Amino acid sequence: MSPELINLIIQATGESLFMVAVSASLGTLFGLPIGVFLATSRKGELFAAPAANAILGVIVNATRSTPFIILVVAIIPFTRLVAGTSIGSGAAIVPLTIASTPFIARLVEGAIREVDAGLIETASSFGATPLQVVLKVLIPEALPGLVLSLTLAVVSLLGYSAMVGAVGGGGLGDLGIRYGYQRFMPGMMLAVVVVLIALVQTVQTAGDYLARRVNRRLRHR
Amino acid sequence: MNVHQSLAASRPPEAFPPVAPDVVSKEAMVRFEAVSKTYPAYRGKPSVTALQDIDFAIPRGAITGVIGRSGAGKSSLVRLINGLEKPTTGRVIVDGSDISALSGRELRLAQRSIGMIFQHFNLLSSRTAADNIALPLEIAGWSKAEIAARVSELLDLVDIADKRNRYPSELSGGQKQRIGIARALATRPSVLLSDEATSALDPQTTRSILDLLANINRELGVTIILITHEMSVVRQLAKEVIVLDAGHIVERGHVADIFTHPQHAITQSFLSEVLGDAVPVSLSSRLQQQPTAGGQAVIRVLVRGDGGDRLVARLSRELAIDAALLSARIDEIGGQQVGSLTLGVPGDEAVVARVLSFLVQHRFSAERLGYVA
Repeated sequence: MSPELINLIIQATGESLFMVAVSASLGTLFGLPIGVFLATSRKGELFAAPAANAILGVIVNATRSTPFIILVVAIIPFTRLVAGTSIGSGAAIVPLTIASTPFIARLVEGAIREVDAGLIETASSFGATPLQVVLKVLIPEALPGLVLSLTLAVVSLLGYSAMVGAVGGGGLGDLGIRYGYQRFMPGMMLAVVVVLIALVQTVQTAGDYLARRVNRRLRHR
Repeated sequence: MNVHQSLAASRPPEAFPPVAPDVVSKEAMVRFEAVSKTYPAYRGKPSVTALQDIDFAIPRGAITGVIGRSGAGKSSLVRLINGLEKPTTGRVIVDGSDISALSGRELRLAQRSIGMIFQHFNLLSSRTAADNIALPLEIAGWSKAEIAARVSELLDLVDIADKRNRYPSELSGGQKQRIGIARALATRPSVLLSDEATSALDPQTTRSILDLLANINRELGVTIILITHEMSVVRQLAKEVIVLDAGHIVERGHVADIFTHPQHAITQSFLSEVLGDAVPVSLSSRLQQQPTAGGQAVIRVLVRGDGGDRLVARLSRELAIDAALLSARIDEIGGQQVGSLTLGVPGDEAVVARVLSFLVQHRFSAERLGYVA
């Protein structure tokens, strides 16, 4: 493979990592509080607000059930409003963030719900405010699950980021489609797939390691 | 107690002030006034009345047991005392303030004067022993230095300083409960609620935890409320006991009185568990309804008070009847004998009648179980 093509791969990998890193961070920023709220706002819970919980649940489900490629196209006007353009890696961050936020929210909700309700009651009986319960009990106790959830989210985002290539989003997917598919370069296609596999493996291994590190529940030594 | 409780919220930690047992105030630490708790119907489940017309006063500085089977209303009682729930009617007074009327910040402040320990310890798995003890202090907004000093003090108090940097998953049940006790005492509460705190522990560990609670009560003067379904726990530690059944208080009083003169069926069933009043299986399996020639009649005698130890000798001396001791257990509770004897006497009807009337005369509760060959 020529140095030009290798440069293209390196550049595209950088774009993909940029899209994933920014959208995963933003998705966590929005998804974490939404997930915590979903996990604590049913009737009788810490921030009991059953109506808000139900409405938010419907919105989250609606976003999650929209196929990503359709979401990307459907929100182009919004993307243009936020990013000034609908083409390129920067613009792709908008749909990636919108897709990852409800996904992360549901994963966070699941991880938080795993925390023993007795611990919430314990902290409350010590006079903890609901916010203290979240910060001192729920999030630290759910941390191993949260790390695994975020790992899953990042892996999914890598896949999504390849998809935005189809609509001019840049990155590895874009490279694979334009060179590998449209210019009949199977070598390029293979390279793109290999890089994606390597990225997913790295992310998953790192996530598993981190989750083990923060898990104090059953530690065999 | 009021003074050092308010210190807990604002001032740096100090050594425990010695509280002599005789400086126990007359005012009740926990008082229920006509309390009822009904959980409304929810999602097709009918409404449930967990507690009804509950009135009691738990004296300051004492250890009081609250005993009941599951579903008797114990959990509701606990949650009313620590303010996690509000009574449907009535008032709950803890340390002079009506906790059932408080909410928000005032309630959270009041909750800091109520320590609590749990059956399953409820320690945070993500925190070390020391950091678990620090939790209520962080919640109360103590400074780092104050917390560090207080935590060291508490680790020593529960005798587990060597485990300070261990995570709960690395500790035994007894060690976890010691951490739980230290955590409950961190903010210097005036009352300690123990919710089945020894139910998940083996007998030996239970004993050491109960000893620790007794020491804490003696040395710190903390009022302790033991919520349990085990009479042995009440018997070992409490001076007074409240017996709950189906949301009502069915009996209450000094432990020794309750043990020697239980009135309610539920109390009696609790007692027979701990006193071994049951007839041994090896004997009950051989019991027959009809006497056999040369066989024995089996009579069970409940000992609630005095004289159980000399009963066999007295039957022999005063009635000239040879009574065989088939099984026996007599404990001493509050200076009173409590237990049961199972006697075998000659199966002749006249002899049995004489023995039974002798027993009644001497105020033993006795019944004929049957006959053995």
